[in-house]
Amino acid sequence: MNSSARMTYASIEKSILRPETTEDIRDIVAAAVSAQEPLAVEGTGSKRGLGRPVQAARTLSLTKMSGVTLYEPEELVLSAKAGTPIAEIEALVDENNQRLEFEPMDYGPLHGLEAGQGTLGGVVACNLSGPRRLKQGAARDHILGVRAVSGRAEIFKSGGRVVKNVTGYDLSKGLTGSYGTLAVMSEITIKVLPKCETETTLVLRGLTDGEAAGAMAASMGSAAEVSAAAHLPAYVSSRVMDGELGNEAATAIRIDGFGPSVEARATHLGRALEKVGKLERLEPEASRRLWRDVRDVRPFVDGTDKPVWRLSVTPTRSHEIVMSLRMQAAIDAFYDWQGGLVWLRMEAGEPAADLVRETIRRFGGGHATLVRASESVRAATAVFQPQPGPLAGLSRRLKEQFDPAGVLNPGKMG
Amino acid sequence: MSVMMPKPSEAILSRRRAIVEALRQIVPGEGVVDAANEMAVFESDGLTAYRQLPLVVVLPSTVEQVAAVLKYCHGEDIPVVPRGSGTSLSGGALPLEDGVLLVLSKFNRVLEIDYDNRCAVVQPGVTNLGITHAVAGNGFYYAPDPSSQIACSIGGNVAENSGGVHCLKYGLTANNVLGIQFVTIEGEVMRLGGKHLDAEGYDLLGLMTGSEGLLGVVTEVTVRILQKPETARAVLIGFPTSEQAGECVASIIAKGIIPGGMEMMDRPAITAAEDFVHAGYPTDVEALLIVELDGPAAEVDHLLAEVEAIGNANGAVTCRVSQSEEERAAFWAGRKAAFPAVGRISPDYYCMDGTIPRKELPKVLAGMKAMSEKYGLRVANVFHAGDGNLHPLILYDANKEGELHRAEEFGNDILRLCVKVGGVLTGEHGVGVEKRDLMPEMFDEDDMKHQQRVKCAFDDKHLLNPGKVFPTLHRCAELGRMHVHKGQVAFPDLPRF
Ligand SMILES: Cc1cc2nc3c(=O)[nH]c(=O)nc-3n(C[C@@H](O)[C@@H](O)[C@@H](O)COP(=O)(O)OP(=O)(O)OC[C@H]3O[C@@H](n4cnc5c(N)ncnc54)[C@H](O)[C@@H]3O)c2cc1C
Ligand SMILES: Cc1cc2nc3c(=O)[nH]c(=O)nc-3n(C[C@H](O)[C@H](O)[C@H](O)COP(=O)(O)OP(=O)(O)OC[C@H]3O[C@@H](n4cnc5c(N)ncnc54)[C@H](O)[C@@H]3O)c2cc1C
Repeated sequence: MNSSARMTYASIEKSILRPETTEDIRDIVAAAVSAQEPLAVEGTGSKRGLGRPVQAARTLSLTKMSGVTLYEPEELVLSAKAGTPIAEIEALVDENNQRLEFEPMDYGPLHGLEAGQGTLGGVVACNLSGPRRLKQGAARDHILGVRAVSGRAEIFKSGGRVVKNVTGYDLSKGLTGSYGTLAVMSEITIKVLPKCETETTLVLRGLTDGEAAGAMAASMGSAAEVSAAAHLPAYVSSRVMDGELGNEAATAIRIDGFGPSVEARATHLGRALEKVGKLERLEPEASRRLWRDVRDVRPFVDGTDKPVWRLSVTPTRSHEIVMSLRMQAAIDAFYDWQGGLVWLRMEAGEPAADLVRETIRRFGGGHATLVRASESVRAATAVFQPQPGPLAGLSRRLKEQFDPAGVLNPGKMG
Repeated sequence: MSVMMPKPSEAILSRRRAIVEALRQIVPGEGVVDAANEMAVFESDGLTAYRQLPLVVVLPSTVEQVAAVLKYCHGEDIPVVPRGSGTSLSGGALPLEDGVLLVLSKFNRVLEIDYDNRCAVVQPGVTNLGITHAVAGNGFYYAPDPSSQIACSIGGNVAENSGGVHCLKYGLTANNVLGIQFVTIEGEVMRLGGKHLDAEGYDLLGLMTGSEGLLGVVTEVTVRILQKPETARAVLIGFPTSEQAGECVASIIAKGIIPGGMEMMDRPAITAAEDFVHAGYPTDVEALLIVELDGPAAEVDHLLAEVEAIGNANGAVTCRVSQSEEERAAFWAGRKAAFPAVGRISPDYYCMDGTIPRKELPKVLAGMKAMSEKYGLRVANVFHAGDGNLHPLILYDANKEGELHRAEEFGNDILRLCVKVGGVLTGEHGVGVEKRDLMPEMFDEDDMKHQQRVKCAFDDKHLLNPGKVFPTLHRCAELGRMHVHKGQVAFPDLPRF
C-alpha cells in the first residue's frame, strides 16, 4: 500500500470506492470494520430502488471488477467478475447459441431507469429470474460457485465450476438472494444452457382470473413441457407488446424447444385449450416480445413511484388473493409463473403492507416484497416479508456470523 | 477402515441408563431401542467399512417427539445423528458411541398430493421411489432418481442433495424441493418455502439442502412433481476408445441437446454388467454410452437421429436404439446394476464420487490407469457423462492384508486428481466421514471457517452429527472472533479505488 496517498476514512464522505481486485474489496471491508462505518454495496446501482434504503457513508461499487474470466460453451459453464454487465454476458453466450436459463429480469425500467444496466453480482444478490423460473429455476438454481469477501474482511470461496457438487455447505446458494448483506461477491460461476431453437405462445382470450388459473394448471400438468404461463387481465394486456394484444384478457402459455417438438406440443395442447376459450398463437418474434415485457413488469412501467408488490404464492390460490384485495383496495394486478408470481400495483399510493400480507396468509401463504416505492415509503415499510420469530432469529444469527460488525448494507433486508 | 471420530464423552456414557429412561418418557414403547443386538442393524450405513453402535436408537413418530428429543439432547449436551434409510455411501449416518441415533423411518406417509400446483407434501421417511409411486396413477413422477431410489428416503435425499441419472436435464434434489419443515437442535420447529417459490429472506432452504444432517432434522418435504414425458427411448453407442466417447458427449451438448440421461461405462464395468444382467451390451468396446432422450415422440425421434449421427461421426462401432419399453429398461438394467455386478467379480469394492470438467476425462482415466498399476488394484468406471460425475469402483479384498488400506489410498488419489483438474471431491454422495479429511484439498482455512459459521448459526454447540464433513471442529466462540482490529488495519489507499 502506498502510504503517501493514504487518506483518512472521515475525509472521504460519500465517496464511492471502486475496487479492482478481491484483495481490494477485502481491504475496503477491513477499513470499514476498523472505522465502524458501514458500506452500501452495489454493482452499478440499477436495483438501488430495491429493499430498504441503506444508511451508509460510503458506497462500494463493483464497476471496476468486470469481465468474463472463463467461458467453455461445451462444458456449459461461465465465470465472470461480479461487476460484469449482465447484458455483456447475455450477448456473449447468445453468440454461442446459449443462454442464462433463469431468464433474469431487469428492474431498471420499473424504477424509471434505462434497461440493460444490471450486473451479474446484482442479479445473483437479488436472486433474479424470469418467466422460465417456473420450469427451470431461479439464479439460485444455476449458480455453481462464488468467490467473496464477508463482513469479516476475509476472502472465501464456495462451490466450483461443475454442476454436480455436494462438497460442503452450499454457500453459493446462501449468498444468492442475500442482497449484499452477508458478503461482497467478487467472482461468480454459473451454468449456461443451449438456447431453444424456436418458441411459440398460445394465448387464450377473455378468461376471468379464476378460469385462467384452471387453464394454466391444466397446461402445466400436461406433457407439453410448458416453459412459461402468465395471465394478463383485461386492459393489463394492452400494456405489453406496444398494445398489439388489445384489451381483452390474455392467458399466455409458452412452448419452446426444437422445431418439430414445439409444433407437436403446441398442436396437442392447443386442441385441449380450444375447448376453454378463444385461442390465438404468437409466432416466435411476437412471443419473445411478450415474455420480455412480462418479465420486466412492463405493464407497471409508468414513470410513477406508485407502490409495486411482488407476491410469491401458491399458484392456484393467487386469483383468490387478488379478488379479495380488489374488494378492499384500488389495485392493478397480473400473474406470471402459473399464478405463483403476482405483480400488484397500489393505485392509491399507499403500500397497505398489512392488508397484502394478511390476505396472502389467508389464502395458502407465501411472501410479498415491496419492489417499488418512494424512498420514504420504503423507509417506513417492511419491504421484505417479516419472518416468524424463530426463523428471524436464525437469519439474524447467520448475518452476525458473516458480518458481525454490520458493515455490509445495514438495514437493507430489515 | 479407520477414521478418527470425536472422543466419546465419558460423562454421557456413564449416564446412559438415565438418558435412555428420559428418552422413553418422550418416545414410549418400541420407539427407543437400547439392546446391542437390536441396535446392530443401525451400526453402519451404505459405507459398511465403518461401524459403530450408537448410545441408543430413537424412532420417533411425531414432530413433537422429534422436537422434544432434540430439546432434551440440547439441554444435556448429547450429540444426535439423524438417519433416514441408511444408504449413505459416505458414512453420513454413521452412529456415535456417545450419540443418539435419531431414525426417521416411521415418518413414512404421503401427506398431500396437489396436482394443480404440481407438488407433493411427504414425510421424510417416504422413499424416493415411493413418491413416484404415489403420483404415477395420474401420470406424474418425482424426477431425481438415485440408483438407491427403492430404499433411500426423501429426508436423506434432502440432506445429501442427491442426484441420479436424470439430473442432467431435471436437476438435483435442491432444484426439485419447494419447501421443508425442520427441527433445530434446540427443538424449534421451522418452515422454509412451501407451495410458493423462492425464499422471503436468506435461502436457508438452499443451505439446508446438502447439509448432511448437520444443521437440522427434516420432518416434512414439499417436492415438485412432473408430468411423465410422453415417450423415452435410449440408444447404446459403443466406442473403441473412451476419448471418442468423451468427444461424442461434448458434441451432443454442443448441438444444444440435453438428454434425459447420458451415462458412460468402461470395459470392466460393461463386462461385469453384461455378465450379471445380460443387458445386450457389446463387450468388445472400450467405452459404452447410454443416451436417453425423452419428451414428445416427435422430439425424441428427431433427436435420436441427430445423436446417432453424432455417434457415427465420432467413430462409434455399435449403435442400437431401443425399440420397445422392455428394451429401454434392459439398457438401463445393466447400468443400474453396475454396483452389484462389480460386487460379483470382487469380494469388496469401494465407490468413489468425484466430479470433473468433462473435457478432462481422458486425462483422469489415464491417471486412474496408472494408479491402478501402482496400487495393484483393478478399477471399473461408471460415469454420469453428461455432468462429469465419476463413479470409479475400486476392487479389493478386505480379507487380504493391506488391500483395504491400499483401496482407500487409491480412492484418495483419484479425488485429489479430480480437484487438480478443476473438479470436486463429491458430486452426489456427500462428504460424511469418508471424504472429511480431504476437504483441505479443495478448501482453505477461511473457506471452511465460513462454512462452519453457518453451522454456528444453526447449532452452536456442534451437537448435530459431529465428526462429519469438517476435518477440524472449531468452537463457535473461536470462529466468532474478528481478526480485524480497530486501528490496526490501515485504511486502504483510497485513490486506488
Ligand atoms: C449517473 C448515474 C446515476 C444513476 N442513478 C441511479 C439512481 O438514482 N437509482 C438507481 O437505482 N440507479 C442509478 N444508477 C444505476 C443504474 O442505472 C445501473 O447502472 C445499475 O443499473 C446496475 O445495477 P446492478 O445490477 O449492478 O445491481 P445493484 O442495484 O447495484 O445491486 C442490487 C443488490 O445487489 C447487491 N449487490 C450488487 N452487486 C453485488 C456483489 N458483487 N456482491 C454482493 N452484493 C451485490 C447490492 O448490494 C444490492 O443489494 C445510476 C447510474 C449512473 C451512471
Ligand atoms: C446402491 C446405492 C446406490 C446409490 N446411488 C446413488 C445415486 O445414484 N445418487 C446419489 O445421489 N446417491 C446414491 N446413493 C447414496 C444414498 O442413497 C443417498 O445419499 C441417499 O440420499 C441417502 O438417503 P438415506 O435415507 O439412506 O439417508 P441416510 O443414509 O440415512 O443418511 C444420509 C445423511 O442424511 C442425514 N439424514 C437422513 N435423514 C435426515 C433427516 N430427515 N433430516 C436431516 N438429516 C437426515 C444423515 O444424518 C446422513 O448424514 C446410493 C447408495 C447406494 C447404497
